[in-house]
Amino acid sequence: MKKLPLVTLSLLAAAMGSTALAQQKTLTVASFPSFDEAVKVAIPLYKKIHPEVDIKLVSLGYGDHHNAMVTALATGAGLPDVMAVEVGFIGKFAESGAVEDLSKPPYNALDYQDKIVKYTFAQATSNGGVLAAMPADIGPGTLLIRQDILDKAGVTNAQLIQSWDSYIQAGKTIKEKTGAYLVPHANSVSDVYIRSNIKDGEGIFFDKSNKPLLTTPRFEKAFEYAKAVRVAGLDAKILPWTNEWSEGFKRGSFVTEMRGAWMLGQLSSWLAPETKGKWRASALPNGAYASWGGSFYAIPKKIADDKKKMAWDFITFMTTNKEMQIAAFNGLDAFPALIDAANDAFVDKPVDFFGGQKARQLWRTAAAKIPAIDVNKLDPIADEIMNAELAKVLDENKDIKTALADAQRQVERRARK
Amino acid sequence: MTSTPMPTMLPLPVRTTAPRRRRFNAKAWAPYLFVSPFFILFTAFALFPLLFSGYVSLFKWDGINDMEWEGLGNYLWTLDLDGLKWDALFHPAFWEDLYSRDFWRSLYNTLWIGVVGGVPQHLVAIPLAFFIHTHLRRLRNPVLALYFLPFITNTVAIALVFQALFSTQFGVVNTILTGIGSFDIAGFHPLGWLFPQTRIDWANPDKTRWIVSFVVWWRYVGWNTVLYIAALQTIPKDIYEAAKVDGATTWQQFWYITIPLLRPMMFFAVTLTMIGSLQMFEESYILTGGTGGVGRVAETSAMFMLKIGMTDGDFGTASAVAWLLFMFIALLTWLNNRLMKPKD
Repeated sequence: MKKLPLVTLSLLAAAMGSTALAQQKTLTVASFPSFDEAVKVAIPLYKKIHPEVDIKLVSLGYGDHHNAMVTALATGAGLPDVMAVEVGFIGKFAESGAVEDLSKPPYNALDYQDKIVKYTFAQATSNGGVLAAMPADIGPGTLLIRQDILDKAGVTNAQLIQSWDSYIQAGKTIKEKTGAYLVPHANSVSDVYIRSNIKDGEGIFFDKSNKPLLTTPRFEKAFEYAKAVRVAGLDAKILPWTNEWSEGFKRGSFVTEMRGAWMLGQLSSWLAPETKGKWRASALPNGAYASWGGSFYAIPKKIADDKKKMAWDFITFMTTNKEMQIAAFNGLDAFPALIDAANDAFVDKPVDFFGGQKARQLWRTAAAKIPAIDVNKLDPIADEIMNAELAKVLDENKDIKTALADAQRQVERRARK
Repeated sequence: MTSTPMPTMLPLPVRTTAPRRRRFNAKAWAPYLFVSPFFILFTAFALFPLLFSGYVSLFKWDGINDMEWEGLGNYLWTLDLDGLKWDALFHPAFWEDLYSRDFWRSLYNTLWIGVVGGVPQHLVAIPLAFFIHTHLRRLRNPVLALYFLPFITNTVAIALVFQALFSTQFGVVNTILTGIGSFDIAGFHPLGWLFPQTRIDWANPDKTRWIVSFVVWWRYVGWNTVLYIAALQTIPKDIYEAAKVDGATTWQQFWYITIPLLRPMMFFAVTLTMIGSLQMFEESYILTGGTGGVGRVAETSAMFMLKIGMTDGDFGTASAVAWLLFMFIALLTWLNNRLMKPKD
């Protein structure tokens, strides 16, 4: 037994020895579909620069991956060297103190601040100023339109997006002329509304001092518009990511939906590939800019220092190398967080699924205008509580002000814990 | 006990002259080695989590950061009894207030689904088992297999199928109902008074619990039928023959012989249903997309616990919920014991 440290030491020495002896090193990257496609694309490219590094990809489903990462961070066991984090979890990871602060040396990630879409850094920064992860891809919000049905109803795109009132008015005309619903669910409207018109540095649900904002006019208006959509019978009452939702896309049961730009990949691959050419992308109604989703890479604190160095090298390759960002984009159909990549000619390519529309130009413009919203680790809780109250407003006619006051109280109660 | 000596597995000292040092006796320890896998697995995956959750329930813990001592704070937070007007206990407002509090609502939902989905299981399964037992000969096993099929089918698959059936926009149920309701003779809808002409919104909070309960009932009726048939087979035929000689009708035989003799099995089956109901999760979770439906009317206690633990990342409180739930199940089981247990 006593010999073991010696053996380990000599092995380590060999590993750190001259490159001529080129000891193969393994870098473990944990990710989730379809974001893991980016890593799959990266492996051969990274191999060219660093032949001595073997990338090992560990991929779990979206929920399982994040649960596994929480467990790994808590116990220090089974930690990968690089972990992918989706924006919904970034608040939690940032507050945890279990991942490296990338704003500090030796990382100095803030040096890249001007090269990456600005709002992403705010998303990855905790209240205490810890930069928990590097942004890799983003989801600028977009309005997806079934152009063929819209044309049949004789409604123009301008009418649709001019203002929220004109959007609802257009929905009434569409329903009357074609029988199609305006949106799958009224909460699509409120979801955009609460995410738009936020000043830089503010959060969606919380202000700087962690006070919930649910009783502010922003939420009131959002609920009012959602209610107006429901009252006019313009939503199909179908929640996203259900079977009914994908069926609705296939059948053209609804004319618009508001999500991140990554919906292009979802629609063309499995949601409704047969509706190719019938869809268009557009800016959100009323000049709103919002972001949906986005993915990041973080480094756990409890791994060896040489692994951290390798991990950071890989992360900078994934996030700040233009060729890599474009390659990932092609494999994944997400939108690059690196501004240089977003300015590349590939963004000007027509998108077949959108009938040749150059939709990515639109998303580039949107990405530049999305405000830098603060994230809070309680965001998912607030979102859940708000949606439960919204459901009561829509389905049980609960008074909007009462509902929001109730939601505020519930979030405050949860936040006190 | 008899006086015959039991073969013992214990490493008993057999030698009369005590050795200075105890020698390792492989033979004596072998049995422990062979039963150890169970105990190791049980300790690692059942006993430890059990005790650990009790420990965690006294702390504030998000799963990543250090634990902070909370004492009974998590329990008090979960019970959420502040501001309840105890003096108005018999007033509906008290119960409405209680229902608006997450833990109590989830408990109420669980009990509601348990009663509405559980009681009919037995009301149907007992007569059904009696019928199958007395009237079917060659078809007995195939029929039983059909009733048992839902029980062995994956819950997720079942919930997804029902979700598709009860889909408001595209579901078969709505298509058939509105089809009949809109059946048209010269501009009249002769069946319109009985069937709807517009699609029924099955996601409406008035209906959510009923649908979940129905699925639960449908799923476990067969299981209970099998249990009762097994019990029926143990009832001696001659009791029925004697009753027949005395002129008892089938109904009288069912009521005065079958039901009393089924009592032990009823106790067992009802206990199983009760425990299963209190742990209700999959059906409700998948049918409502994990939300519990509008107003969270079908959010069961298990779903509430999962939400606190996973969405909120509050493992301390989630553990407290688990222990409160355990106490509640223990209480109900004890009550069931008192009320139904056959007296020897």
